[in-house]
Amino acid sequence: MDKKILQIHSSPHISSGAGVDVIMRNVVYALLPVVAFSIYAFGLAALFTLMAAVLSCLLTEHWLCKWSRQTTSVNDWSVAITGIIYGLTLPPNLPLWMTLIGGVIAVSLGKFIFGGLGYNPFNPALVGRAFLQAAFPTAMTTWSAAFGAQRFTSLPASTLTFPLTSPQYDSLSGATPLAAMKFNQQPTDAMDLLLGLTSGSLGETCAVLILLGGLYLIARNMMNWRIPVGIFFTVIVLSALFHFANPHRYPDAVFMLFSGGLMLGAMFMATDMVASPITNLGCFIYGALIGTLVVIIRLWGGMPEGVMYAILFANAVSPHIDRFIQPTPFGHRS
Amino acid sequence: MSTKPGEIIVTGPKDTDEFIKGVWAQNPVFVQVLGMCPTLAVTNTASNALVMGLATAFVLLMSNVLVSSLRHAVPKQVRIASYVAIIATFVTAVDYIIQAVSLEVHKSLGAYVSLIVVNCLILGRAEAFASKNNLKRSIYDALGMGVGFTLALLCLGVVRELLGNGTFFNLSVLPGNFQPWVIMLLPGGAFFVLALWMLLINRLKQGGPRD
Repeated sequence: MDKKILQIHSSPHISSGAGVDVIMRNVVYALLPVVAFSIYAFGLAALFTLMAAVLSCLLTEHWLCKWSRQTTSVNDWSVAITGIIYGLTLPPNLPLWMTLIGGVIAVSLGKFIFGGLGYNPFNPALVGRAFLQAAFPTAMTTWSAAFGAQRFTSLPASTLTFPLTSPQYDSLSGATPLAAMKFNQQPTDAMDLLLGLTSGSLGETCAVLILLGGLYLIARNMMNWRIPVGIFFTVIVLSALFHFANPHRYPDAVFMLFSGGLMLGAMFMATDMVASPITNLGCFIYGALIGTLVVIIRLWGGMPEGVMYAILFANAVSPHIDRFIQPTPFGHRS
Repeated sequence: MSTKPGEIIVTGPKDTDEFIKGVWAQNPVFVQVLGMCPTLAVTNTASNALVMGLATAFVLLMSNVLVSSLRHAVPKQVRIASYVAIIATFVTAVDYIIQAVSLEVHKSLGAYVSLIVVNCLILGRAEAFASKNNLKRSIYDALGMGVGFTLALLCLGVVRELLGNGTFFNLSVLPGNFQPWVIMLLPGGAFFVLALWMLLINRLKQGGPRD
């Protein structure tokens, strides 16, 4: 931010100092434990994937700003957040060239084409991931087990796949808890889900650290707590109902809450300030919509996980939610 | 009809300008954004795109010729119905021709050959151009729009087939271990590719970024 000695503008004159860069830097702090854990759990593969994700997002933003002769907006950290969150949603052994392509798509088609920060109708990180999911469905659903013995000394064979060629996987292992539940009716221990001892996308495994990061942001008033609360409440109520009706067919609420990308999605992706509703009631409705969609996709959809599509769909709906929940202006008489 | 033969409505010094107009300045897909249904649905391979483009161009040419020739004979009140009848006739002919030439291509295009009838590009040119211009200009217009449409479909088809399948007109051009981009064969990929082509073409038209 450029500093001026004399500021001439209308009110407000007192600000909390929380500009885009301050909030975004705090989101980075909140994400750091998750990032550290993913590197601990998946080793070099996580480190390289995250670096490629962040780098591709930063470079795309910088280059596009230069191309359109704007001041570069890399410094406000928002695109770094996009890169980190995008990287955290990827499977650990994804080829790096796919990571790079997804990052370019995320920033260029998810954000910049709509006018940059503040104008993106969807969460850019999820746009990148959705593109990869649709383009390379096999690579995006091949998971490696966490805590592999050689994770700090060697990379998986698939990570360094030559650009545009098909990846070769050295071992097909590590179904995610959701996939194990969906295809084999095999539940995972709740403690493993909480502590992140399972397989999954880089940043989605450890529910405790994600919750901590989210709580930090809520405590600093940098995130609307109504969105995650709305999501969690809906998912708990709906999945508890279905589990009560048929415990053999449907997983219990604790499993639904802590498995897959629900924690990460609810805390860090659904709460994207641009793509979520403005009004408080709207945030509850938005959260409830995401929760309902997640339960529907997980229980009856063809895929084991649906958080990404649920959030993208709710992003598309959020302006309409705001339109229908117009707050009454001060002094308004009906 | 109040329009007299030879009266110039679309300004342009030469008749051949009508041809260039359809290919570039008023390209049906990239500029007018007409006929999106075949553009997004059947451009998953370059050959499908080519056949679709040529079939549309043929129908467009014939309908423009007939509409322009009959422009004084058709009463104004029933002109749209008569255009549709003319277009439907040629679409049926094209449908049978494609079936006769290659049943395989006909199957891969599916219902989209019949749907040329409702391609708003053809009806649009009949109403906006052929019914108001003489035969020669109408032919140039149809040729330009037809070529522009075919080229645009090819632009999409080539990219989508190359990334989605690793082939170019069914010839394998990329190494065997190429990883196909499944999204390119789905309609979603068509939206992405179309948007990027439009971006490129708008950029070329402007000759530089806006300030």
